[in-house]
Amino acid sequence: MPTAIEQELRPVAPSKLSLRHVSKIFRGQSGETLAIDDISLDVSEGEFVCLAGPSGCGKSTILNLIAGLEELTSGEALLDGAPITGPGRDRMVMFQEAALFPWLDALGNVLFGLKLKPNLNNAERREVARFYLRLVGLEKQENANIHELSGGMRQRVALARSLAPNPRILLMDEPFSALDTLTRETLYRDLQSIFSKRRKTIVFVTHNIREAVCLGDRIVLLSSHPGRVREIFTVNLPRPRDINDAAVATFAHQITETLTQYLETPATKEAVL
Amino acid sequence: MKRNLLTLLTFAAVLAALEVAGRNGAWDTRVLPLPSEVAAYIADAFTDGARRDQLPAAVTANATAATLGTATSTTAASLWTAFAGSTLTEALLVTLKRLVSGYLIGFLAGIPLGLLTARFNFFRETFGLVALGMQGLPSVCWVPLALIWFRPTENAILFVVVMGTVWSLMLATEHGVRTVPPLYVRAARTMGSRGLHLWWRVLLPAALPAVIGGMKQSWAFAWRSLMAAEIYVTILTGCGLGWLLHNGREVLRMDQVMGVMLIIVIVGLTADRILFAPAENRIRARWGLDKN
Ligand SMILES: Nc1ncnc2c1ncn2[C@@H]1O[C@H](COP(=O)(O)OP(=O)(O)OP(=O)(O)O)[C@@H](O)[C@H]1O
Ligand SMILES: [Mg+2]
Repeated sequence: MPTAIEQELRPVAPSKLSLRHVSKIFRGQSGETLAIDDISLDVSEGEFVCLAGPSGCGKSTILNLIAGLEELTSGEALLDGAPITGPGRDRMVMFQEAALFPWLDALGNVLFGLKLKPNLNNAERREVARFYLRLVGLEKQENANIHELSGGMRQRVALARSLAPNPRILLMDEPFSALDTLTRETLYRDLQSIFSKRRKTIVFVTHNIREAVCLGDRIVLLSSHPGRVREIFTVNLPRPRDINDAAVATFAHQITETLTQYLETPATKEAVL
Repeated sequence: MKRNLLTLLTFAAVLAALEVAGRNGAWDTRVLPLPSEVAAYIADAFTDGARRDQLPAAVTANATAATLGTATSTTAASLWTAFAGSTLTEALLVTLKRLVSGYLIGFLAGIPLGLLTARFNFFRETFGLVALGMQGLPSVCWVPLALIWFRPTENAILFVVVMGTVWSLMLATEHGVRTVPPLYVRAARTMGSRGLHLWWRVLLPAALPAVIGGMKQSWAFAWRSLMAAEIYVTILTGCGLGWLLHNGREVLRMDQVMGVMLIIVIVGLTADRILFAPAENRIRARWGLDKN
């Protein structure tokens, strides 16, 4: 008979995600914006998919739709076959800036989502939270205030916080874009090791193609205004990958090349600009 | 420590200079009393408990002090009687009781009202507007109404204090909640926080710095409205500091007027140090608000 903690920490089966002809129109003061148009995308169980594309192409919008924070205007978003109707603990989000709560310490932040989980008592919750802080290498900082942590540490806490409720899907919106290169590179390593240890479906937004090649199984390249799927690349490089690896650099170069070509074709250029 | 000493020395020097100048006839000390006279008044008014017991039917006659007074034998006990039954102690207690109860009522009403106005547009367009208007109304303006509604009773004073507290606290709470970064709410929602949990665990703590600021401000407002009410209305159920101040003018005792003013200032400062500064400092440290 496994204890509640063991049960809680056991990796869960990752989910399958599919977007079918999804469009999203924002109605704001400046009229309507077609943020994404007719996006279809399937993400299989345990796959690491990177969404890449220029600023404003709707990467965050797609992520928010999957997270259940926004409602789609038309189409279908299915999670293991069932329509997404709102936020759920099976999908955790890591935001562009660390959205950590400054009124809680590091442990308190990781505990926040766990406290909303029934079936655990408070001692077990703390145990689980400590496990994830250890996983991201911050066990010594558990009582630190958020402002006392460096940017990299904050994103680690945010990662621990989104892993703690043991979601099936991890949604990451440019989580490392505000960090310096060295910190970012350690985090690529750590994220890959966590990905292999705790198999999850990950949708990772970035506009850094190299980062996408380093992390993703597939890269979905979006074009903007409105956001559409432009091209999908499959990355078959062995893991763990190093961002400074020649193979990664070559692959990224090829993608960038495609992107430039696409931008230089007169017809599409008009469509983009 | 060194800075405290400097502050103390500066005040002492200014007071000594005033004392010397006043004694040498620089001004009419019946209009502006000497620092030593003010100090003497305070000392006396804090220790006149025994004396007041012997005066029959003083306005501030106090039954408990009287029974205590006859029972005393030791010096410590009689000193205590002198202090506990003294004019200033009694006035201070009366005033603080009014202040605390008025503030508490204002607090218990202001925070939920602020949350409601932040949450529901209907409340913002009705209560919110009223609060905005009422906050601009100096709380003395409530005194005539309070007197008609409640007669010159404790309730009239309480009412004025509550009116002085509730609006500013309500507006501060509303503002605090409205300015919570939406990212916190989104993050909380993805972790399964909704409804009351979202309010209690996210919006309220995120708004806390603003709410504490509002509590501090409304404490100052409550204090002002109470003094205005006490100076304006004589209520026989108890004579507070405001009444003493007013009485000082009537009997032309400038030492009393200034002594009581000094006590009022000290109470305000102490309240800030005891009630709000610790909470504020804790939040500043937790959030890292002192960084820039
Ligand atoms: N709440 C909103 N109201 C109106 N328009 C919005 C809203 N959110 C996004 N948009 C619009 O939708 C489009 C896509 O925005 P989105 O934030 O998804 O882009 P992005 O790809 O994440 O960009 P970035 O790389 O800069 O983060 C943009 O044109 C943006 O202006
Ligand atoms: Mg974005």
